[in-house]
Amino acid sequence: MTEIPKEEYILKCTSACAGCPSSIALRYVLKAAGPETVLVVPACCTSVIQGAYPNTAMNVPVYNVAFAAAAACASGMSEAYRKAGRKTHVIVYAGDGGTVDIGIQALSGALERETDFLYICYDNEAYGNTGMQRSGSTPAGARTTTTPGGKIHAKKDLDGIVAAHNPPYMATACVAYPQDIFKKVRKALSIRGPSFIHILAPCPPGWRFSSDMTIEMGKLAVRSGMWILYEREHGKVSINGVSKAALKKPLPLEEYLAPQGRFKGISQQAIDSLISQRDRVAQRLLKEDEGIC
Amino acid sequence: MSGHLAMSRPKQGSSGKTGSWRVFRPVVDREKCNACGLCAMYCPDAAISEDLEVDLDFCKGCGICARECPKKAISMEREEK
Repeated sequence: MTEIPKEEYILKCTSACAGCPSSIALRYVLKAAGPETVLVVPACCTSVIQGAYPNTAMNVPVYNVAFAAAAACASGMSEAYRKAGRKTHVIVYAGDGGTVDIGIQALSGALERETDFLYICYDNEAYGNTGMQRSGSTPAGARTTTTPGGKIHAKKDLDGIVAAHNPPYMATACVAYPQDIFKKVRKALSIRGPSFIHILAPCPPGWRFSSDMTIEMGKLAVRSGMWILYEREHGKVSINGVSKAALKKPLPLEEYLAPQGRFKGISQQAIDSLISQRDRVAQRLLKEDEGIC
Repeated sequence: MSGHLAMSRPKQGSSGKTGSWRVFRPVVDREKCNACGLCAMYCPDAAISEDLEVDLDFCKGCGICARECPKKAISMEREEK
């Protein structure tokens, strides 16, 4: 197993909620990236938890930028660093709203230009920072402040959209497996060109579960097949061991839904929609993993 | 030029001592603890040191350490006023 550095790049302590999944993810992202890193953060939880001006908890340079502009800004930065002959890692750390909805055209543009950067989307499946409004990433049936009766539409397939750009490296990860995040970030940064990592971040206040269950919810998401851990290197998919085992015999979906207040009173129709989406994604990935399509 | 920019500097405690948020405090039973380090690995705020001491100035009391401890060596006890 790779040794994880002991250095922390986030000083104690951000103003993130107790049990914040994004804090866990960012800890390991920065451990993997090291001090020679610049973070680009669009509007999201991470832009408000850094601390009060003139102090910040982040011990690496952070550029806070407008919602839609993160990937475009990172493109310029990366280009400037490379022209100056510096290998500084440029990492975008954006929420799902800033990736799936508002930032998607900038992301698409940066992927198309083959910018040498890493885009990380931490996905808590709603606009958490502004009070849990629905985003394109919210799954069907989930209650948010703007879908009080449960969302009708299915979760947008962000990974499918990114895969269509054929980046050299993309992966999914989950905060319940921090070593896996570390490994994937290291790999992504070692590859020249655009890379993308999509991290599932179970959010205690947003998903309405108690703050000690963050890690457990992440594990349940993976074991129930609702979140599949895989890597796609130059178009070749490899599903990670833990997800491969989970897909052979997934936990009943109820075990994942029941602890979450946002799925309270979910309709059978929404459950069927979640199951069919899960199975569709799993079938496609399994086929790609075996090299059938 | 940077003097004209709204630029923050890194500092510990930039959001205040977040330990004051805590309702339940983690208490470690050293007899049961086998120093596996999972609590420190999962702590969102890195408030658990290498020697597995909890920094109560900053621990927000989320309880992840207590739930994930394989030896059940951490219990969450209500803070006294």
